[in-house]
Amino acid sequence: MLDDPEAGIILSNMTVKVESLQSNAYFSGLSAEELASIQEHIFEKVVTRGEIIAFEDEPARAVYFIISGVVKVFKTSPDGKEQIIYLARPGDSFNDVPVFAGGLNLASAEAMTQVVLYGVEKDVLEASLREYPKLAENVLKLLSQRVEQMILLVEDLSFRRVTGRVAKILLENAVDTDGQRHRLTQQDMAAMAGTAREMIGRSLKLLEDEGKVRLERNRVVITDKKALREIAGVGM
Amino acid sequence: MTKMPEIDRDKCDGCGLCVEVCSCHVLVLVNNVVEVKERIGCQQCSKWCTMCEMVCPVGAIQCPFEVITEE
Repeated sequence: MLDDPEAGIILSNMTVKVESLQSNAYFSGLSAEELASIQEHIFEKVVTRGEIIAFEDEPARAVYFIISGVVKVFKTSPDGKEQIIYLARPGDSFNDVPVFAGGLNLASAEAMTQVVLYGVEKDVLEASLREYPKLAENVLKLLSQRVEQMILLVEDLSFRRVTGRVAKILLENAVDTDGQRHRLTQQDMAAMAGTAREMIGRSLKLLEDEGKVRLERNRVVITDKKALREIAGVGM
Repeated sequence: MTKMPEIDRDKCDGCGLCVEVCSCHVLVLVNNVVEVKERIGCQQCSKWCTMCEMVCPVGAIQCPFEVITEE
């Protein structure tokens, strides 16, 4: 067992499998010898559903790779509202950016299921990056993808474009006067609005907070059609 | 109108993430395909949480809603 930086979480480095590492983009293309060397420094964590793996604004100690389960990466606003940044599934990693930047966790991470994680501590990862150029190349690619995702997110958030598009989609798909029903999923709306599903949930909550819609089980009730039309940029 | 998650059995790859994430415990894997276990169970959610739809990596679960205008 290794020293556990966070109590209540099982740690072991006895069951780390090279095959699981190979399927992660971080370690793609590394030789068996290189993987075996890295494997020695990787620890396993088993986290139960609902446990917080990383707290926002606390020092980032390790990068985690998801072997099984789902982790919710989220931020909490000062008034306690939660915003999901993304869901990390098997094959994904999280905590990379604050670890490489040497700062604090930018978001919190919570296990949505029982989760098996592999972790590598900051010092070990930095030494491996110096030793294995392929690993450094993989990390550069992954971090570049993160920057691209964040730029798209900033674009959406800056201009309220998604909320406007969501408002328009709601208006266009409201039950017709002849009673014809259109059924939508949040995934449908994400595809229509050209954004991520997480953005749809966020926009719907925003519209509800502003009193323009009411979210009920199985339906969205437009409570202020005029205001929704204004947001959507459509005429009366 | 159905009030249960809709499952595309052809798309489901049996990963089980939806089963693990469901707070009502109504989803179950049968022969490696997810099914709704109890038709009444999903009602325990105060809202249509749609987490199963959200975590599904292959888009095999849908939680559709309709949009209505309040008179």
